[in-house]
Order: sequence, then C-alpha cells, then structure tokens
Amino acid sequence: MMLHYFLRRCFLIGFVFVALTILAFSLSYLFPGEVLTNISGLTDIKPEQRQSLIEYYALDQSLLQQYIAYLNRILDGEWGLSFSSQQPVLSEIVAVFPATIELASYALLLSFVLGIPLGLFAAVKADSFLGRLISGITLVAYSIPIFWWALLLIMLFSLTLAVLPTAGRISVLFDIPTTTGFMLPDIWLSDISYKSEATLDALRHLLLPAVVLATFPTTVMIRFTRDSMLAVLEQSYIKTARAKGLSRAQVLYHHGLRNALLPVIRQIGLQFSTLITLAMITEVIFSWPGIGQWLLDSIYQRNYPAIQGGLLVVSCLVIVVNMLTEILHTLFNPLARKA
Amino acid sequence: MIRALLSLMVPCGSVLILSACQPDIPETIQQGMVYCAEGSPESFNPQRVTSGTTIDAISQQLYDRLLDIDPATGELLPALATQWRLSQDGKTYWFTLRPDVQFHHTAFFSPSRALNATDVTFTFNRILQIDHPYHAIGGTNYPYFQSVDWGSLVKAVIAENNTTVRFELARPDSSFLSNLATDFASILSAEYAQSLMQLGTPELLDLRPIGTGPFFFKEYKKDQFIRYYRHPEYWRGKTELTQLVFDLVPDNAKRMAKLLTHECDVVAYPRNAELKLITERPDVEVQSQTSMNVGFWAFNTKKPPFDNVLVRKALAYAINKDAILDAVYFGYADKAKTLLPPTSWAFYHDLAEQQYDPVKAKELLAQAGYPQGFRMDIWAMPVQRLYNPNALKMAELMQADLAKIGVRASVVSFEWNSFRRKLSEYEHDSVLIGWAADNADPDNFFRPLLSCSAAESGSNRANWCDPNFDNLINQALLTADIKQRRSFYLTAQLYIDEQMPLVSIAHSKRFQAKSIKVTGVTINPYGGISMAAARKSL
Repeated sequence: MMLHYFLRRCFLIGFVFVALTILAFSLSYLFPGEVLTNISGLTDIKPEQRQSLIEYYALDQSLLQQYIAYLNRILDGEWGLSFSSQQPVLSEIVAVFPATIELASYALLLSFVLGIPLGLFAAVKADSFLGRLISGITLVAYSIPIFWWALLLIMLFSLTLAVLPTAGRISVLFDIPTTTGFMLPDIWLSDISYKSEATLDALRHLLLPAVVLATFPTTVMIRFTRDSMLAVLEQSYIKTARAKGLSRAQVLYHHGLRNALLPVIRQIGLQFSTLITLAMITEVIFSWPGIGQWLLDSIYQRNYPAIQGGLLVVSCLVIVVNMLTEILHTLFNPLARKA
Repeated sequence: MIRALLSLMVPCGSVLILSACQPDIPETIQQGMVYCAEGSPESFNPQRVTSGTTIDAISQQLYDRLLDIDPATGELLPALATQWRLSQDGKTYWFTLRPDVQFHHTAFFSPSRALNATDVTFTFNRILQIDHPYHAIGGTNYPYFQSVDWGSLVKAVIAENNTTVRFELARPDSSFLSNLATDFASILSAEYAQSLMQLGTPELLDLRPIGTGPFFFKEYKKDQFIRYYRHPEYWRGKTELTQLVFDLVPDNAKRMAKLLTHECDVVAYPRNAELKLITERPDVEVQSQTSMNVGFWAFNTKKPPFDNVLVRKALAYAINKDAILDAVYFGYADKAKTLLPPTSWAFYHDLAEQQYDPVKAKELLAQAGYPQGFRMDIWAMPVQRLYNPNALKMAELMQADLAKIGVRASVVSFEWNSFRRKLSEYEHDSVLIGWAADNADPDNFFRPLLSCSAAESGSNRANWCDPNFDNLINQALLTADIKQRRSFYLTAQLYIDEQMPLVSIAHSKRFQAKSIKVTGVTINPYGGISMAAARKSL
C-alpha cells in the first residue's frame, strides 16, 4: 500500500520536474536577446565558435531535440555561464545555496520550538489573559511586513544598542575555509584556533536574520496549532479519554497533540514557498550571501542564464519539500493513505 | 515545558548579546582592518581598469610603482626605482631599480628571486607589444595607457642589466614620469607570468595577483569581500595590520550602518547628505580631501545654436553655481572657475570668476540672435559620481535657471552604458558629467577632455576641436621647464574661458569616514587609497 503511494508520488515529482524544465528551457527563447547567448551564457561569441556552439546546443535541430539536449546538460551539471562573472551558473549556485538552506532551516527550527508550545498553550488556556495575549501578538506579528520588522530590529539591536551586527554570516575578519558551505559546520571542520569565538560570532550574525525570518512561520505555527488543538479538544474521544480517568497531561499528549499536529505538518509544506520568498527579502536586508540575494542581483543585471538556473533550483526545492511533508503527513496519518 | 524552554533561552540570548562587549579574539583578527568599499573590483591588475573603485581596492595594497607621487606636494618620489635620469634630447629615460624587493609568497605562487629589470620590461611590454604572449590575454584593453597614447609614445622598454631599465620615447613628453607614477603603472612579476603560462592558465595573472605591495592576496568572494594578509617581507617594512579585508557594500545606507555598528573600520564615500549626522558621533571621524576632479556642463559645440560662442557664454552666465553647490554637493565642494582644481600647480588663480548674471545672459542671447530663447536638452548622467553626486537634481536646478532667460530645457537621462555610447556618438545638446584625474599632471585634464584626438575618440564631451588649443597643450608637453609649461596652461585656461566649450561647475571633495580607533589612513588626491600606514588601536 505504502509502496504504491510512494511510486505515485515519485511519478508526480518526475512530471513536475519535466514541466519545470520545459519552462526553464523556454525562457531562453522568451528572454530578449539571442537564444545562443541566453542558453550558453557566453557574452562574447566569436564568429568561428558560433557553428560549433550551435551544434553543441543542438540549436539547428527541432525544439524537442533541443529540449532533450538541454535536459541532458542539466543532469550533467552543465548549466551555462553567468553573464556577469562568466563562471558556471551551477558552481555559483552551489556556493550560495547552503547559506539559504542554513538560514531557512534555523528559522524553521526556531518556529517549531516557539510556535508549537505557544500554540498549545494558547489553545489549552484559550480564555486566560496569557492565551489572549499570545493570540493578539500572533495576529500583529502575522501582519507585520517583514522588511519593516527587520529594520526595526536592526535599529534597536544594531544601531541603538550596538550589540548585534547588521550584515553577513560572520565577521569578515574570520578566515573560515569553505568546505560544506554551511557556516557552523565549516567552523567546526576548520583547523583554526579560535573556533569558539568564531562560532559565537556566527551565532550573533545569525540571530537577527533567523528571528526575522522565523516570525512569519512562527505565527502560522501558533495559529494553526492553536486552532487545530481547539478543534481536537472539542472531539468526543478527548472527553471519553478524560472520562476514562486519564490525566489532563496524558490526554493532551497522547490524544490531543498527535492529532492536532497532523494538519500542522501539512502547513509546513504549504508555507515553505512563502518561507523561501521571505528568505530572499531577509537575505537582501541582512546582506546574507544566499541564493535569494544572488537571484535578485541576477534579475537586476538581466543575467538570464543565472535567472534560469536559480528558478529551477528554488522551485525544485519547494516542490521536494512539499512532497516530503506530504509523505510525512501520510506516514503519520493512516486516513490520508486511503484517500 | 514552556517555562523550561524560556529559562533555557534567556541565558543563551544574553550570552550572545553580552559577548559583543568583551572580545576574546586572537591577535591576527584584532589587528585586522575592514574597509567597506562601494563596489566590487573588475580585475586585480591595475593595467586593465580605470574605475576608481577597483584602483582603491587593489593598486596601493598589492603593488608598487617605479615612482610615487607625494600626496601633499604632487612631487615625484622614488619607489621601486631609486633614481632616474633623462637624456639630453628628452627622449630616453633610465631607471635604477631598488635591490632586494620581494614579491608575495602565496598559496598559489612562490617567487624564487627578487624584483629585477625583467619584471619592469614584462609589465610594460605586455601593454606595448602587440605580439607579446600576454598582450591579448583577457582582451587587449589597457584603457589608461591607451588614453594617454602610450602606443605611439613609448618605442621600447629595455632591460640594460638586472637593475637598469631604459625607456625610449618617440618624442619628449613631460607627463611621462607622472604617468609612470599613476596607480595603473603597477609592476607585475615576470616570473609569475611565466609559471602561469607553463601551467596553461595565463588568464589568472589578472585574477590572482602577485605584486610587491604591503599586502598579499588571500581570497576574493565575488560581491562579498576581498581578503589580504600582510606581506612579511615588504621592502618598506611590514605593516602594523596583519589582515586587511575589503568588505563590498554597494548600498550607501548599509555602509553607514556598518560604520556605526563598528563592522567597518573605514567607510568609502559616505553620502554628502549624511555627513553632518556622522560628524556628530564621538566614535567616528570624517576625513575630506579636495580631489583632482571637476564636474562640468559640456555643450555639443558642433550643433547649433551651441556652435555660437555667444550662446555658450550666455548659458554660462545664466547658471547659479552657488545654489547648485548648496543643493547638490551640500557645500562639500569648491566652486570651479576652470577645469583645473585649485590644488593643481598650473591653476590660474587670477582668472576672473564666472558670475551669475541672468540680465547679461539675456543680452548675450539677443546679440546671438535668440532674443526669445530656444529649446534644448540637458543630459544628466544616471549614476552618482564623486564629481557629480546627483546630476538629475543639478539638471532640474539649471532648468529653472535657464527658464529665466527664456531657454526651455528638458532633462534627459538613459541607462549608464547607453548614455555613454550616445554621448560618444554626439547625440546630445549638452551634458552634465565630469572627470577625475589619475595623476597630478595638468595635461590629464586638458587632453582627455578637450583635445581634437579626444573629440575623434568620443571622450571630448563638447565635441570641440580647436587647433589653437591643441597647439597650446602640445607645446606644454614638449618642455620639462615647469615655468614654461605653466604659462602654456594658463593661456589654455584663458582660452577655454573665452570659448566656453564647457562650464566648469565644481571640484568635489572626497570623503571617508573612519572609526577613531584607526589611524594612518588618508585620502590620496592623486589615486587609490593606501592602507600601508594604517594601524588600529584596541
């Protein structure tokens, strides 16, 4: 049963991937400028190179064959050159992508750690002052535009109190060799003598962007946990469990939480694309050298090969995460498997 | 559970925050300095660029030149060349090189010898000899040397022995030594070039630099930072700083914020509008220096009615420069009366200042046959430059001034690259633009801006070709006698004032803001920033 389900999902993901690559491929034609330039990223094509390039990119053949050649190149990791740097797009993406993943995962983690307990609390004590306060603050935080919120935090913690830095992943004076692209593991893997200082500095750089980026998912998490918990608490099996003599905590944990968190898991997947969009804004505000900033720069510079590659990677990530949460949801929820 | 979580988080958070107050960082990092620059470098070889941003980042930190310019007096000082002499006919120069000058030892190159004459000949022959193996590597552009026409001036660069280099010129040129002292004439390593050629990666010469300068190249992360370490064998003695990082922050407001949070020790180009705010801070010091630059309004002198000198003069009288200085430069500039800034030795101190006189302007227009005025375009450059921080605003002010004498001006602007292309095709009526000099020689203002050859190549924004003027600036170069040269340049300035192909508006000051902990960083009026003398107190 489960196998069948996984196969179906994999088939679906393959289909989505094909649709995405068709879109990315057609961008070479839809962007202004010459197709050969857009597809190869070479800004200065010499006449004697042209013919061999056309053959290499199969531009003299039918669109279908061009697309297949494109697909082959994508799978081979040959994504063309960036207009602005004339470096391979894929290597640039590999260099910036971990920073985004790092920021987004810390933010997501933060939103779990804060959001679920607070949401539960707000549901269990729905009528208390604290419960109302949490709901109220959540509503405000949900409505705050993220760039404004980020600027407020920068003004308070960086400019006025001067306790946290405004930009970057770590002080530029720390010379941390890149091995994985993720800052904290890189620090631990390096052979520098000042690991603890570097870690602390990296955490100080991480704090504001992570808080800013976590704000939206946390509020979503609180609201969803609260609503879903409230709905579950209304169910008759909760009353039955209480009537059977289980303690309040046991009921909450065994019967309430598990059932209440199911729709929350699904929400993560749905909110992930919003999270990535917000990560891009956060990256620009905090000069976080991730894919969001890189992609926005590419858009400004009309760097078509980079836009193409960046879109492909970001949308694949969103889809994969969506799929994973869906699968998780199904694993935890036997009802969904039948549907 | 929540209480437990909260009690965990509060101490963590406060540790993070408090730790900012008590740095426990190793010495190599405490003695590191962060310079926040306004943009990314295009190359790591000064021969290949003209942009001030790139020159600031690479030239003085990584390289040395044969000669240096004394920033205070503009005189030439010995650098890699300890002495030099000139032949009787003014066409041959000999330079004696300093002994024991070491190149950088880095992860990607280990030099086996000190600087010698082949490094100098390699550096310049790469530019001059079209069949040189390195000439076409990375393109054949050597913009500065092409703009001063070195191709036709320098016939040969020859190593006479290990320590003597001979330059043979086609004609005497008194600006030759000044050009050798510019940041663009940095000396490269011939040995490094050779080893790269053997490895089959010659293009790395311009990307992974080896020089003799105070710092060596460690790492460049595009659009993020450049990291330099101290060159331990620097011939002037090693620097106080152990590490120098150029943090690349194009956004003006972010650069300011990073100065205030001490993420940057030195900040390039604070915005004029914010200078007042930061001068009030006790932990920040603002430095200023009148730079060798000029912002001007050039007329397309081949296009009617601007071919009429009376019209050009009338327009010059109509402009209220004081208002422009206040509103566009916020008072942080000197009013210009000629192309040369007052710090130049050839500046014409007694030249009468151009007055703001709309009545006189109207009279002149009437004399020229335009009593009712006319329509014209003012092209305003779309980017911020030192010599003109806000061309659009300036154009709007001038629009109002011109309306008073009946001239109806429209402001025109394009994207920067097409703007420059259209300018060099002379599609404009008039343009607000400017010039920043690369060396102390006055020729560097006159020739690239107003000579006939500049009109042909498209850099003469006034499209002005006057044989009398060309004659003056050519004669000035043929003699090495400063007094004689000065008199030629004074006449040239007077002639520009009479002919008015352009209206000089302002010589902007260059600003730099730095933490008071940093000393030994000054703005060089003739070129890039140097960090060699910088030190940081804790």
